[in-house]
Amino acid sequence: MIPLRRIWGLMYRHLTLYRRSWPRLVDLAYWPVLQMTIWGFTSRFFAMRLGTDVAVTVGVLLGGVLLWETALRSHLGFAATFLEEVWSRNLGHIFISPLRPWEMLAALVAMSIIRMACGLLPATVLAAILYHFNILSVGPVLVLFMLNLMIMGWWIALACVSLILSQGGGAETLVWSLAAGLAPFAAVYYPVSIMPHWLQPIVLALPAAHVFEGLRAAISQGVIRWDHMAWAAALNAAWTAASVLLFWRQFQSARRNGALMNIGE
Amino acid sequence: MQDAIHVAALTKRYRETLAVDDISFTVRPGDTVGLLGGNGAGKTTTIAMLLGLLVPTAGRITMLGHDMAKDRFAALARMNFSSPYVALPQKLTVVENLRVYAHLYNVPKAERRIRDLADELDLHNLLDRAAGKLSAGQKTRVALAKSLINRPEVLLLDEPTSSLDPDTGDWVRTWLERYRAESGCTVLLASHNMAEVERMCSHVLMMKQGRIVDRGSPDELLARYNRGDLEEVFLDIARNRQAEIA
Repeated sequence: MIPLRRIWGLMYRHLTLYRRSWPRLVDLAYWPVLQMTIWGFTSRFFAMRLGTDVAVTVGVLLGGVLLWETALRSHLGFAATFLEEVWSRNLGHIFISPLRPWEMLAALVAMSIIRMACGLLPATVLAAILYHFNILSVGPVLVLFMLNLMIMGWWIALACVSLILSQGGGAETLVWSLAAGLAPFAAVYYPVSIMPHWLQPIVLALPAAHVFEGLRAAISQGVIRWDHMAWAAALNAAWTAASVLLFWRQFQSARRNGALMNIGE
Repeated sequence: MQDAIHVAALTKRYRETLAVDDISFTVRPGDTVGLLGGNGAGKTTTIAMLLGLLVPTAGRITMLGHDMAKDRFAALARMNFSSPYVALPQKLTVVENLRVYAHLYNVPKAERRIRDLADELDLHNLLDRAAGKLSAGQKTRVALAKSLINRPEVLLLDEPTSSLDPDTGDWVRTWLERYRAESGCTVLLASHNMAEVERMCSHVLMMKQGRIVDRGSPDELLARYNRGDLEEVFLDIARNRQAEIA
């Protein structure tokens, strides 16, 4: 039986923070909306200057923005929720309760989905109103795009959490920078083919590169590239397994060296 | 009768530092045992290992019949911990904090349990206040409520009355004594307050440099060291004065 009550207990602890703090809620949507605004006008400008199809240009760029925000918000929703426990020095209380580590991870995933939805919904509505871009026009394959990017966000976040367990609160800067720093290599706004040949195998090791190749094919050609979807899923499975292994090793190490008792210092 | 806590040859080493050095002890159900020692004696490390927060380098811990190395979650559901040094999330109100832990410990009829604890620990006026805005005495009472939310069979207390004024400290001690008598809960109490240990504990473990250097009931220790109070016994041990006494 899934211990939903313990998972809900940790979710409740974090949801109450948002119930009482409107700045926290605003913060969830701030960056996605800002990105959408900037890239919406930029893509229109490019389309007009270059004489390309405005709908396709806006679609490719704004679709990229929205989907990349899916990965970023999933990552931040997971890792920042864990950081809340570090900042409040609450990990000790959590790990002396019957909450299993995997239940904590399940709660972090659930919080990540909620936080991501709160961030992306306003940006999606804004794209529809200001730029007449409806992300749902991509079709049902959008679900697979988003799912793959969410999973990518989670395994990056899990790697960050593992590093925090290993290196302490000082590793938290990675939470804010690691996923964002992958954007140039995720082929969000341009195809993999324009990158240097030596870089392409590295880029194609990221599930996001396959998702965005798939997105461009769906918007500009109206085709679903199942080969890219299969690669994204397989890479996510491999990276997730590596991240889980890293987390497990660091968690056991933290239990050996006492890091769970004083993490946050 | 099965021991509530059974510790055998427990050792914790951090590289060159031996924090806990081959200690063994048992605590019978319903007893209150004091863990005494100076700073760095190994009390907190021992408690962290009992809680499963820290993995021993060697030795074995059995809590309520559960081997902590193999089955710690079954034991953790039946025990709890309180320390003024481990704060609850500051931005949550007291009632929200208690709800969180009621969920984590799968407490049935959680709201009723919270109301009962609020009655017993006089928390009603604090329930809707943020945990970070409470006084030291109020935080201690809230931490106690958290530690009792699951009706623990074993309660580990790390200096529960430090930073409290004498009146509040006495109130907490009286309350704990009554709770233990009514619930039959086993208590392991780490403290620097010798009067508190003398008053509350049926048995005392004296730790120094990671080892248990003496043990017995408060009366036995007083007689053995020929002292009038545990504070003098503590100083004898801390300053290696056993030889003079013998």
